[in-house]
Amino acid sequence: MVNVEDLLFLIGYTLLIIIPLLLAVAYLTYVERKVIAAMQRRVGPNVVGWFGLLQPFADGLKLLHKETIIPTQANPFLFIVAPLLTFGLSLSAWAVIPFGPGMVISNINVGILYLFAISSLGVYGIIMAGWASNSKYSFLGALRSAAQMVSYEVSIGLVIVTILLSAGSLNLSEIVEAQQNIWFIIPHLPMAVIFSISALAETNRAPFDLPEAEAELVSGYNVEYSSMTFALFFLGEYANMILMSAIGSILFLGGWLPPLQIPPFTWVPGIVWFSLKMSFLLFVFLWVRATFPRYRYDQLMRLGWKVFLPFSLLWVILTAGVIVIL
Amino acid sequence: MKLKFFPLTELCSGLFLTLKYMFLKKKVTLAYPYEKGALSPRFRGEHALRRYPNGEERCIACKLCEAVCPAQAITIEAEEREDGSRRATRYDIDMIKCIYCGLCEESCPVDAIVEGPNFEFATDTREELYYNKDKLLANGDRWEVAIAARLEQDARYR
Repeated sequence: MVNVEDLLFLIGYTLLIIIPLLLAVAYLTYVERKVIAAMQRRVGPNVVGWFGLLQPFADGLKLLHKETIIPTQANPFLFIVAPLLTFGLSLSAWAVIPFGPGMVISNINVGILYLFAISSLGVYGIIMAGWASNSKYSFLGALRSAAQMVSYEVSIGLVIVTILLSAGSLNLSEIVEAQQNIWFIIPHLPMAVIFSISALAETNRAPFDLPEAEAELVSGYNVEYSSMTFALFFLGEYANMILMSAIGSILFLGGWLPPLQIPPFTWVPGIVWFSLKMSFLLFVFLWVRATFPRYRYDQLMRLGWKVFLPFSLLWVILTAGVIVIL
Repeated sequence: MKLKFFPLTELCSGLFLTLKYMFLKKKVTLAYPYEKGALSPRFRGEHALRRYPNGEERCIACKLCEAVCPAQAITIEAEEREDGSRRATRYDIDMIKCIYCGLCEESCPVDAIVEGPNFEFATDTREELYYNKDKLLANGDRWEVAIAARLEQDARYR
């Protein structure tokens, strides 16, 4: 039997994460447009509200009042379920993210494994969308997307293995605590680079945004989607970006820990440090998008399988060796 | 090449370039309807028929512009007035055919037809872009100050 009080608390905590998360997604789109505009010497959105701050809501409202079109050739059930799945999965991963000491909904022992499983399941939303739309563009986009995500998951998996070797735990809070003395980015710098590049590929962001290469595939797996179903994909994609930044800051940047364990830094609450680190990583996502041209598909696969995979395998063995010797 | 690949130096220098642009470079955006870019005195915009200061039309219906127009967008009909002067009874420009080459302005012996500085004359229908003499004269009256200033600025080079 579930205690009603516990259940209410659980719902409260969940809302406490989901609502700021959705706001963060909304403003991530705004910040993205502003940052890219600044890098291209433009001003970006500046008409709706002060400095265009209401732009995300205007965009959201526009999507909401449009018509949801289900193509006649599509499989309606899968067509509707796919965006729900993508969005639901990108939210459910947040259950194990620790925002500060003890600030986590479910502090499970295999947190990192759970995150890995959830992000692998994310492929299903995309495959289902591409298949159910019954359109060649969506199908090709979904195929590319799935192949890309599966390939880069392998190197992310090996990155995670090195981290859990060094931390000695699969629990995210313990991984953060293990970085008390030194953040893992310092001993594992190459892995941090591989992780950030793989995170770009995993979230289908530029320069690995082949699935939505608008020049060839119009927009990839979500061509046929409109209105709220499209919005769910969009939210899911951006929530995944934020999730990847959260995982990156937990694995390499010491999560909620301050940069130095001395007074002026320790006065700042851990959640602030965590948000700062996440914001920095998110900025890198946008920065990279404004800087680099898109990869070709074979280059992408070559990078994933022939560079990252052997290198991260080597690093795993190296880490394991160092730990055994010490 | 391998030495360069592993530290990703090229990628990093690319990133620093965009970062420099983000913080150090001035924005180039013009808030268009409120701010406009500078126009050269030779800018070829919407056509206008000018008048002399006493209010008489300049156009003498010599039809040089009609003849030179490569798009054949100009149609002119002429008559002799009671005072013996030759004037246009009809002066139409099809602004959709027009390619804004400015040859009409160059060929005009009396500086009657000119291309003014106005480029904001989009319309909802095609019919509104078939300009007749009244419309062109009205344009001339409306833009005369700007047109005269621009002709004076450019006179040295003509």
